[in-house]
Amino acid sequence: MPFTEAKVKTMHVRNYPEQSETAYFFGTCLMDAVYPDAGMAAIKLLKSKGVKVVFPPDQSCCGQPAYNSGFTREARAVARKQIHVFSKPYPIIVPSGSCAGMMKHHYPALFAGTPNEAAARRFSERVYEWSEYLATVLAVELEDRGDPLTITWHSSCHALREMNVIRYSKALIRQLKNVTLVELERETECCGFGGTFAIKQPAISAAMVKDKVADIRRTGATTLVAGDCGCLMNITGAMEHGGVAIAGKHLAEFLWERTNGQ
Amino acid sequence: MSSHQNVRDRILARLHASGAELTTVPEAPLPPELSLDREAKIERLAAMMTAMRTDVHIVDTHNWSDRLKELAREKGWKRLLYGPEGPIGSNIETAWASDTAGLPELVAYTGPMEAFKEDLFQIDAGITSVRAGVAETGAVVLWPTSHEPRLMSLVPPVHVAVLDADTIYNSLGEMMTAERWADGMPTNALLISGPSKTADIEFTLVFGVHGPKELVLLIRK
Amino acid sequence: MGNKTTFDFDANIDGALKDDQLRKNLRKAMDILVDKRRAVFPDTAYLEQLRSAGNAIKRRALKQLPRLLEQLEANCTKNGIQVHWAEDTAQANGIVLEILRRHDARDIVKGKSMVSEEMHLNHFLEANDIEAIETDLGEFIIQLNHETPSHIIVPAIHKNKDEVAAIFHDKIPDTPYTENVEELTAIARRVLRKRFAAAKVGLSGVNFAIAETGTLLLVENEGNGRMCTTVPEVHVAVMGLEKVVEKLSDVPPLLRLLTGSATGQMITTYVNMITAPRRSGEKDGPKEVHLVILDNGRSRMLADPEFRQTLLCIRCGTCLNHCPVYVRIGGHAYGHVYPGPIGKILTPQMEGLDQAGVLATASSLCGACGEVCPVRIPIPDLIRRLRNESYDQDGSAVVKGGGYKKNLAETLVWKGWSLANRSPLLNGIGTRLAGKAGKRMPKVGPLKKWTRVRTSPQVARTSLHERARNEGVKDE
Repeated sequence: MPFTEAKVKTMHVRNYPEQSETAYFFGTCLMDAVYPDAGMAAIKLLKSKGVKVVFPPDQSCCGQPAYNSGFTREARAVARKQIHVFSKPYPIIVPSGSCAGMMKHHYPALFAGTPNEAAARRFSERVYEWSEYLATVLAVELEDRGDPLTITWHSSCHALREMNVIRYSKALIRQLKNVTLVELERETECCGFGGTFAIKQPAISAAMVKDKVADIRRTGATTLVAGDCGCLMNITGAMEHGGVAIAGKHLAEFLWERTNGQ
Repeated sequence: MSSHQNVRDRILARLHASGAELTTVPEAPLPPELSLDREAKIERLAAMMTAMRTDVHIVDTHNWSDRLKELAREKGWKRLLYGPEGPIGSNIETAWASDTAGLPELVAYTGPMEAFKEDLFQIDAGITSVRAGVAETGAVVLWPTSHEPRLMSLVPPVHVAVLDADTIYNSLGEMMTAERWADGMPTNALLISGPSKTADIEFTLVFGVHGPKELVLLIRK
Repeated sequence: MGNKTTFDFDANIDGALKDDQLRKNLRKAMDILVDKRRAVFPDTAYLEQLRSAGNAIKRRALKQLPRLLEQLEANCTKNGIQVHWAEDTAQANGIVLEILRRHDARDIVKGKSMVSEEMHLNHFLEANDIEAIETDLGEFIIQLNHETPSHIIVPAIHKNKDEVAAIFHDKIPDTPYTENVEELTAIARRVLRKRFAAAKVGLSGVNFAIAETGTLLLVENEGNGRMCTTVPEVHVAVMGLEKVVEKLSDVPPLLRLLTGSATGQMITTYVNMITAPRRSGEKDGPKEVHLVILDNGRSRMLADPEFRQTLLCIRCGTCLNHCPVYVRIGGHAYGHVYPGPIGKILTPQMEGLDQAGVLATASSLCGACGEVCPVRIPIPDLIRRLRNESYDQDGSAVVKGGGYKKNLAETLVWKGWSLANRSPLLNGIGTRLAGKAGKRMPKVGPLKKWTRVRTSPQVARTSLHERARNEGVKDE
C-alpha cells in the first residue's frame, strides 16, 4: 500500500464559501440508528436558513470504525460508496466532528495512490461539520425561547483537534440568552469512547468515562450537550448506568428545542 | 563472528537502501528571533538567571574585584579555586595581594585533575571567567580551557562566574553564528543558567544537587 | 500466528486502574507538566512555527541519515572520540562491557539514558559483576527500589516523598527517615559525590549529535550528567542512530522544543557539548571518550515513509503528559522501556507486533499527543497503521510480527459490516431489526463489555433514513 509523506499540518485556516442553495446532509451511522431526532433537528435548522437539504438514501457510514480498527480495505470500500453517493458538487454537512474529520482529513490519505484519489479529494473539500456550517456560512442567529437552564459542553476529540470547530459549537450555544454554559474542568479530555477502543480496552475506557461523568456532575448542569453521537452514547450510557439524573443531548437537538420553545 | 566493520557497513547499507533520501522536506522558517539593545539584554539575562536562583551582581569593570572580595567575606568562603593564567587570574591575584583579611585562600588549579581530585572535592568555591552570555534564555557560556578547566564550574558548591556585559548575545543561535562555532568546537562547551536543581521528588524544586548549590554572577559593565 | 504476548497488559492495566495513590500522583504530575509547557510557550503562533521548523530539521536529518552518521563518525574520530556501531542491544552491551573490562572498572556512574534502559544495560552489567550506579535523582530512587523508570523524563514520577523517604531510609546505610525534600536531595548528593569521584567510567546518553562538528550535546538540571561525563577518565556515550542532526544551527530550535516540551523550561541548568576527550595541556575531562551508535530496529523504521516519522522523536515525553490513557495507567503498565504514545508506536516496531502489538489498542485515537508533539509526529496515524499491520489483510506489513492478530471472526465481522454499509437494503434491514430490539439487544460480545459500566444504547424504532424519507427530505 503506497503512502504519501504525512503532510505537516498548518494551523487551521479555512475559506468558507458563500451560502449554497443546496447542501447534502450526511447523517452518520450512529445518528441514523440511535439519534434520529437529532438528525431531523439538524436538518430542520438548516432548512430554516433556506438551505435545500438533500438526504441521499444510499448513504451509510463514513468508514471510521473499520479504519481505526486496522481494517483499511473494508473502510475504503465503504468510503468509496459514500463518495459515489454524494456525487454532486454540493457541500456535505455532517453533524459529527468525528465523521467530518474522517471524511475531510482521512479520505485523501485513504485513497492516496488509488484511482479514486482525485474524487476523494474533491469530496473531502466539500465536507463541513454541522455547527461549523451554521456558524460560518449560514451565520445563523438563534432566538432562545426556552426557560433558564444550566448546561455543560463536552468537546469531542475530533471536532476539537481535526475539525477545529468547537469555537463554532460554543458560539451557537452562547447565542442562547437563557442558557448558562458551565465549562467542564477537563473539557478537552477524551471521554473514552474511541469507537472500538471502548470494547478493546474496556477498563481504561470505563475509567475515562467515569471521570468525565464526575466532571459533568461537578458543574451543576442538568443537561450535557455534545456534538458527537459516539461521545453522547458513551457518556449518557454511563450516567444512566450510574443513576446520574443529567440529560444528554446532541447540539442539533438542543438548539432546535431551545429555538422552538421546547 | 561479525567484525565491527561489518556491523557498521550493514547498518549504513540498510540506511542507504531505505529510500529516505527521496523525502521532500518542506520549507519551515524559524520564528522571529529576539532582538534587544545592550541594556535590555543585560536586564533580560539578569532577570532570567535570577529567576533560576542565580545571585546576580552588576559590577564596574574597573573595580569588579572589590565586589568579589566583599562577596567572599560576606559568604565566608574558606578557599577559592581560580585559574592563575586565565583571563581574570591576575586581577584576582592583585586584589588579594592588597589585603587578605577575612578572604578565602586562593587555590590555583594547577596540574592534572587526578593529582588534585581530593582537594578539588573539598574546596568550597570556584571562580571562572565566562566567554559570553545568552539573554533570551538567561545563561552564561563557557569554553573551559587549560587555564580554567571544566570542573571548576561543577565541583565546588559555589561557582562564581564573571561575564562582560558586552559579550551578551540575544540568543544561542545568534552567538553560534557570530562566533562561527561551526568552524571548530572546543573539547567542551557549556551553557549554565543557574545553580544545579531538581524537581524529581513531587515536583518540589530543590537547588544544589550534584552541581553547584550557588551560582554567583558578576556582570562587568 | 498466535495472539501471545510476553507481558500481561490486561493485568497491568487492572492493577494500575485500581491503584488510587498511583492515579492521584500521576494526575497531579501530568497537570503540572502540562501547565509548565503551556506557560513556557505562551504564543501559539510562535510555537506552531517552531514545531514546523523542528519537524523540518529532523526530516532533513533523516533524509541524509547515513551520510550524517558517517560525517559524525569522521569528525568524532578526528577529534579523538572513538565511535562504535551496534546492530542490537546485545552488541551495544558487549561494547560497553569491553571498555569497562579494559579499564578494570568494577562500576560505572550513569547519567540518565533511555537507550541504556533499552539495552537493559544495568541488568547486563550486574550479571557481569559490574555495578551500574544511577545518578539522576529520579533514576537513583527507583534503582534503590529495584524498579524501572515509569516516565521518559521524570522516572520516579509515580513516587511520593514519603515513599522516597522510606526507600532512602531502608536502602541507604545510616540514613534517618526524613520527608524533607531538601534533606533527601542532600542525602543523594552525599552518596553519589563519592561515587563520581571514585568512578573510572561514566556513561551518558546523547540528546543531539551534531554531524557538522562531531559534537555530542546533553541537557540536564542536576549536574550529575556533567559529573559522569567529566570526572571519570573514560566517558561512554550511547545513542540511537536517529539522534544525529546536520548542523550546529539546527540545535537552538530543537533545544527550545525539547526543554520547553519536557519540563516547561526555557533552558535546562546545563547544556553540555562534548567534542573531544582531554587534549594535551588540558587539566581535566575524560582521557577517552566513546560513542556507541545503536540501530536496534531503527534502520528498518527508516525504510517505511510513514513509520520513518517515529524517528523524528526527540524524547521529550510530552505525549505521555497529555495522554488520557497514560495518566490512568502509568508507565509500568506498558511493560516495556518506552511508555505512553511514543512507546505504543516504538515498541511494536522494535519488539515485533506479535510481542507488543497489543499496546496499539490502548488508545482512543483522541489526538492529544499529536497535537503537542514538538516535531509533529502523527502518532495517532502511526497507531492506526500498526493496527492495520496487526491484521495484515493484504500481506504488505513491514513491521515484524505483522498479521499476528489475523483471525476469521474479526475478518468476517468487518466484511459483514462492509457489505451492510454498501448495501442500502441490508443497512436498512439491519437498523430496523436493531430498532425493534431497542434497548433489549442481547448483552453478548461487545455489548457485554459496554454494559459493564453503561446502559445499552437505545436503537430508535425509526431510523433517520426512514424519518427523512417520511418527512419529505429531498433525496435526489
